[in-house]
Amino acid sequence: MTSTNLHMYVMMAPLLAAFAVNLLGRVSRAWIGPLSLGALTFSTIGALLTLLRVLHHGAYRYTVGNWQPPFGIELVIDPLSALMLLLVSGVALLATCSALKSVQNELPGREHLFFTLYMILVAGLLGLVLTGDAFNLYVLLEITSITTYGLIAMGSGRAALSSFNYIIMGSIGACFYLLGVGYLYILTGTLNMADIASILPGLNAPAAIATAFAFLLVGLWVKMALFPLHIWLPNAYSQAPTGAGVMIAPLMTKVTIYLMIRVMFSIFSPDYTFFAHAGVQAGIVWAASLAILCASGLALAQRNLRRMLTYILIAEVGYMVGGVWLANGTGMTGAMLHIVNDALMTLCLFLAAAAIIYRTGSLEFDRLHGLYRRMPLTMAAFTVGAFSMIGIPPTCGFFSKWYLLLGAVQAQHWEFVAALLASSLINAVLFFRLFELAYFKPAGEDVPSASQPCGDAPPLLLSPLVLTAVALLVVGLGTGPLIENVIRLALPPGFAP
Amino acid sequence: MEQLLAEIVAKYNYWIYVVLMMIGFYAMIGKRNLVKKLLGMNIFQTAIILFYVSIGVKRGGSIPIVDKHAALSHGIDATQVINPLPHVLMLTAIVVSVSITGVALAILIRIYRQYGTLEEDEILEKIGR
Repeated sequence: MTSTNLHMYVMMAPLLAAFAVNLLGRVSRAWIGPLSLGALTFSTIGALLTLLRVLHHGAYRYTVGNWQPPFGIELVIDPLSALMLLLVSGVALLATCSALKSVQNELPGREHLFFTLYMILVAGLLGLVLTGDAFNLYVLLEITSITTYGLIAMGSGRAALSSFNYIIMGSIGACFYLLGVGYLYILTGTLNMADIASILPGLNAPAAIATAFAFLLVGLWVKMALFPLHIWLPNAYSQAPTGAGVMIAPLMTKVTIYLMIRVMFSIFSPDYTFFAHAGVQAGIVWAASLAILCASGLALAQRNLRRMLTYILIAEVGYMVGGVWLANGTGMTGAMLHIVNDALMTLCLFLAAAAIIYRTGSLEFDRLHGLYRRMPLTMAAFTVGAFSMIGIPPTCGFFSKWYLLLGAVQAQHWEFVAALLASSLINAVLFFRLFELAYFKPAGEDVPSASQPCGDAPPLLLSPLVLTAVALLVVGLGTGPLIENVIRLALPPGFAP
Repeated sequence: MEQLLAEIVAKYNYWIYVVLMMIGFYAMIGKRNLVKKLLGMNIFQTAIILFYVSIGVKRGGSIPIVDKHAALSHGIDATQVINPLPHVLMLTAIVVSVSITGVALAILIRIYRQYGTLEEDEILEKIGR
């Protein structure tokens, strides 16, 4: 194994594991755990080595099958994509530990099918992070989407209907993206991102370029559920099987935001994105601020833990879109840092929800009474995740929010400052209400689960949760080196923080 | 008026794709029957496929299969063959669209088993109860 092919192995491991899981999982359930955990551990280590290599030797490009670009498909491994590679494989690894247990509980007899889709989804996400080709990106986007539709439809209750609505909305998003690529192809005659970027500035077709830009962005916004294009997300994510939600919720929206950054800076230039159309940049920051406020407000109305988390997720999408569009280095640093942090916080909270639902069978607020006494470790980790979501130091959520706020002040977008502060306050209200329910209210006689054996979730559910909570603190304390060594290099030239 | 008509006739392939796309879009958003929504999605995707296919066409161009020896000795006149790349891209897009339709149909079967209907209003009514 040469180290230049390493990122290919990172992506191939889950893909090959998907086939193996499907075949051997039919024979015996015992194969599924070791195969999927092994493949993802391999990916995580490979991604870590890739990141170290990029940091030492700089970014590099890789041509698949030795077809030279712009004709062949090119993979781009720069600091940001290497960081995302590590994030995706690491989060997937932790989520898999928990998914193994909850899927065994919720979908007995169908585990091999679940994990086949699950591993293909991970491979698709890793591919999305690496690709440097606009059409290849569309294909991988659809691979991740189709597997997600299947995973969500495996849930119970309204899951099938939610999945169908997601299919309709997701297809609209993907088709818009494809149309945008079509316009770019007419204009430039190439699909390679770097090649498009080198041809575009010399063209004199402002209307066609603007149309392509708008189609690409709106397509991705539908996929990432930026308010008001979010309608499909809460139902789909809250009714998915617990094991699928734990993995989809932290990663799908974050990877799509990474793709938006790619489109903005790798296909178009920062100059074009921010300054070619007057008012667009400010308008999008306004829209993101509104998105944060509305989604936080809707989160207040929810009476189910997982549904509340999905609305917080939509608000966080607003944070990152707004942060990138602030058009200064500080805001972009905050947004990129928030991609990492938000993936970890969402993972932490969803893992805690998975542990709670495994023990008590419900996530309705009035069933959470007395949880601190019954599941102390789970709730301790949940508290760390909640503190990070609110933005209390030294958890990592504080630092990215701090950068976002600084960037907003620098750009003098006071509406974004107000939205960030208001949303932090609302998050505090949301989570302290939960702490009160779970800490002070004693478990009543009417709660049947109170008679169940006390204690935390089984180790397979608990250990990834505790690890994630520790990771939140470690990333929070390591924010300085992370920005200095990785994120600073990922900013487009001229946008130093 | 005449100018507009000339404009439409000159670029009729784009107009057809826009009209088809809007029909599909309307069906996806406006119709309350889930199968009709799915059909709308198919029309929407087909519109984009036609758009891509039409941009590869050249007037008087032949199929892009060339004699190797002739091409090596004389080179290829790019105006004489149509551009095959958009067509090849659309093969992939057709595969994607077929698989999405397959998944959606499977989910529709599940919805029908669960609720006994495919009308969105009736399903929502049943959920509300």
